[in-house]
Amino acid sequence: MAQITRDDVAHVASLARLTLTDAELDMFTEQLAKVLDHARDVEALDVADVPPTAHPYPLQNVLRPDEERPCLERDAVLDAAPVVEDGRFRVPPVLGEAP
Amino acid sequence: MSEPYPGTALGIAAAVRSGARRAVEVVEEHLATIAARDGEIHAFNLVTADQARDAALALDRRVAAGEDPGPLTGVPVALKDNLATEGVATTCSSRILEGWRPPYDATVVRRLVDAGAVIVGKTNLDEFAMGSSTENSAFGPTRNPHDTSRVPGGSSGGSAAAVAAGFAPLGVGSDTGGSIRQPAALCGVVGMKPTYGAVSRYGLVAFASSLDQIGPLARTVSDAAALYEVIAGHDPMDATSIPEPVPPVSAGLGEGVAGLRVGLVTELCEAEGIEPDVVARVRQAAEALEHAGAKVDEASVPAAVYGLSAYYLIAPAEASSNLARYDGVRFGLRVDAPTTGEMYDRTRTEGFGAEVKRRIMLGTYALSAGYYDAFYGKAQRVRTLILRDFAAAYEDFDVLLSPTSPSTAFPLGAKTADPLTMYLNDVCTIPSNLAGHPAISVPYGTGDDGLPVGVHVMAPALGEAIMFRVAAALEAAAP
Repeated sequence: MAQITRDDVAHVASLARLTLTDAELDMFTEQLAKVLDHARDVEALDVADVPPTAHPYPLQNVLRPDEERPCLERDAVLDAAPVVEDGRFRVPPVLGEAP
Repeated sequence: MSEPYPGTALGIAAAVRSGARRAVEVVEEHLATIAARDGEIHAFNLVTADQARDAALALDRRVAAGEDPGPLTGVPVALKDNLATEGVATTCSSRILEGWRPPYDATVVRRLVDAGAVIVGKTNLDEFAMGSSTENSAFGPTRNPHDTSRVPGGSSGGSAAAVAAGFAPLGVGSDTGGSIRQPAALCGVVGMKPTYGAVSRYGLVAFASSLDQIGPLARTVSDAAALYEVIAGHDPMDATSIPEPVPPVSAGLGEGVAGLRVGLVTELCEAEGIEPDVVARVRQAAEALEHAGAKVDEASVPAAVYGLSAYYLIAPAEASSNLARYDGVRFGLRVDAPTTGEMYDRTRTEGFGAEVKRRIMLGTYALSAGYYDAFYGKAQRVRTLILRDFAAAYEDFDVLLSPTSPSTAFPLGAKTADPLTMYLNDVCTIPSNLAGHPAISVPYGTGDDGLPVGVHVMAPALGEAIMFRVAAALEAAAP
């Protein structure tokens, strides 16, 4: 596996919606490379015939009875939002121009 | 078992339930201790003094009226600040949750209150529970009550320090890779991670959902057991909650270890960075168990050595997904911008600290196209290997022993420059998280520097009862 590059870090930062300064890019590239370097022990293992474990306790199809029950009050939830309008979350324009 | 004394949770509960002490006195004493020393320790992000006083008064009235409010009546509890408390700020020690007051209580909070416990405050943590020293808090570090130039461990460092400093006899933490047990070891208290699914995570702010568990911190094993029993058990609000009743643990605490098979895990005693004085204490603890009638032998869990690498792929991958929800839309911080996309970027860039960004990026990378199979996929297969090796070891042993932490409490700033050095703190605790098994750290003497050492007792899934028995024997034998 190739070493993680500065461009890789810039790419994952943009995927994760984080803006990094040049100094941060340098720092994170070096630090992530070190952690991934440690992970080479795992990368080197031949585990092709070992099934993956996603979850330590095998529960499947957890269902609840299909019954009506109260949920959180809408106003209590909206109270926690940074900006609301007419009972909804308000966000800045999505496509650039204000409506 | 010795009788509970007044300073323990069980001692306080017994006294308040019988009317011998009033809950308000107990709470005032603890609030006074907090006021006197938390300026120096910074265990708490928030002390809920008024609510605690009101709750104590209400409990005293109920006791006076002949009611029994429950097994933790009048016991002050310090809650890690990643547990949702209705109407009370819940920060995860992050700027991004600035101003958030949850509209509901976590299930563990409800269960504590229903058992008569009194919440005294929300404790500091590494931001979003990502760290091993509580230095990654946006609100400044917590200090170790045994030596304030040292860290308390993390990420539940605030709860561990609160218990060690006498701010509360009980603390609640969360443990994704060792975040209850490692700070417990460094602060000289008991800390336990239950079997995955034994305690509801409803209302626990998610970090890595296939690993996170909530558990107790306490000064004694019997207090930790009592707290565990209050918070454990099925909850329909958490789909990962085990639907069967969880086995009780307190009743068997005094049964001793005669005939139990105890394995000392060679790979974890020899893992990278483990200090010789810590291993010496663990070997001494094993000898004490042998003296008490247990059969002690060397055990092998070969895949455990890959746990650290696997964990630092799996946990960040899950975190990168869980933390996508912090986008400035529904709760917490919003940094305004002309468009929604830029608002996301600015909010997350200003709201998250460096360690959280590091893990989000590491996880995004491990999950990204072209790397998924090499990193995340492989780490999940290593997880299977660890489960298999544990299963093989538990054919020969009832419990396994190791150090909890490679060293005693280290100085503030000693490991902040190099994240990998910090990650190595979790080398002994991580395998239990990857396997979903219970594990507990019990104080056992000190290292060469005079600071507490923790012995780590691991057990198979739902093996809490035997694990607690061994912990009680270690506590009784501790120097």
